[in-house]
Amino acid sequence: MASDNNTTILAIDNLSCERGGRRLFEDLSFALSPGDVLVLRGPNGSGKSSLLRVLAGLLPAADGVIQWHGRDISDEPAPWQRSLAFLGHANAIKAAMTVSENLAFWAAFEGSNSDSGDALDALDLKPLADLPASMLSAGQQRRLGLARLATRLGGCWLMDEPTVTLDANSVAKLRDLIARHRQAGGIAIIATHEDIGVDNARTLILGEVT
Amino acid sequence: MSAFLALVRRDVALAVRRGGEAALTLGFFVVTISLFPFGVGPDPELLGRIAAGIVWVTALLAATISLDRLFRPDLEDGSLDLLALSPLPLEAVVVAKCLAHWLVTGLPVTLLAPLMGLMLQLDLQAYLPLIVTLAIGTPAISLTGAIGASLVLGARRGGALIGLLVLPLYVPVLIFGISAVEATLAGLPVMPHILIETAILFVTLPLAAFAGAGALRLAME
Repeated sequence: MASDNNTTILAIDNLSCERGGRRLFEDLSFALSPGDVLVLRGPNGSGKSSLLRVLAGLLPAADGVIQWHGRDISDEPAPWQRSLAFLGHANAIKAAMTVSENLAFWAAFEGSNSDSGDALDALDLKPLADLPASMLSAGQQRRLGLARLATRLGGCWLMDEPTVTLDANSVAKLRDLIARHRQAGGIAIIATHEDIGVDNARTLILGEVT
Repeated sequence: MSAFLALVRRDVALAVRRGGEAALTLGFFVVTISLFPFGVGPDPELLGRIAAGIVWVTALLAATISLDRLFRPDLEDGSLDLLALSPLPLEAVVVAKCLAHWLVTGLPVTLLAPLMGLMLQLDLQAYLPLIVTLAIGTPAISLTGAIGASLVLGARRGGALIGLLVLPLYVPVLIFGISAVEATLAGLPVMPHILIETAILFVTLPLAAFAGAGALRLAME
């Protein structure tokens, strides 16, 4: 998938990250255009999660520039934050609230651009909508975490091991969801050990740079 | 603004649900105050003299016991990352969470204070200054507490540590709250004490927002 400079929306230039005095990766550069998916691979501890957290702005980068639509995100974080949807290891679910309440809160807080009923449908959560989240299995909780991203089609998704605890059927749903997200002009950066089977995905392999 | 209100609403809803902090805090407040007549004896004159102090100190303790739950659940379930990533500044997130904390602890404590005063034979004149200073002082307590709560996020046993950290910081709020009551009883002007209490609140607000947000950023790294 060619991404020439005219359509690049996310550009990473010479990014380095250091944690606890150890260089996790250095001089990382890539550019993504609307519809691009980048799959991050590498052994445990190679910095996949850290890269996602640096991109999200949760971790400071040791070096390098991240540009969203040509603007440095450290100068202008707001447009980047508005387009960003982050799925970490944890699903950000409150056990005391129902499935639909959990989703409705994040939709209201993050200012979602699509219908949360649709998002529940996309991950087969409709029948569980009124259940307290404490009743969900691990895989169902992961689907609820993904449903939050489904309300944010078309921006940039940062996903850390999205398929953990998902069954084959749900992985297929996730694949469909990513396809819809790309159609809406969205990009996704996915750290994973499993093959999700996304078409035309680019791959970045992080090695252990010690 | 809608993100701010959504967060306040969610935190209040979580606190008043089954297993939430609101009922625990109020229960602690009422039960602890009821112990004092047993502890110091039922002498109405003695109780009346220390009533305002009892209510104030118990209100401080009641607000403090729920502080460890202010940020920790959000840190543990990954919500804090998402709260930090939104365009709403993290400082505003801290203030929203403090407002929710006050709505379920400080506000009900303030509303219950007259009832507790009745039980402790509080002087009739003292009710108004007690309620007014509690209404101004308890938000300052939630805000100051947020600084402590965010600082101990890295520690595994934050609960007791928060108390050690923030209880000394409550001293100014306590002093001017009580001195307003004392001034009323002595027939002296009460406004200066209330104004200083208000000033403390307005100093605490930005201080807690910035210090709390800074500590949260460190906790998330």
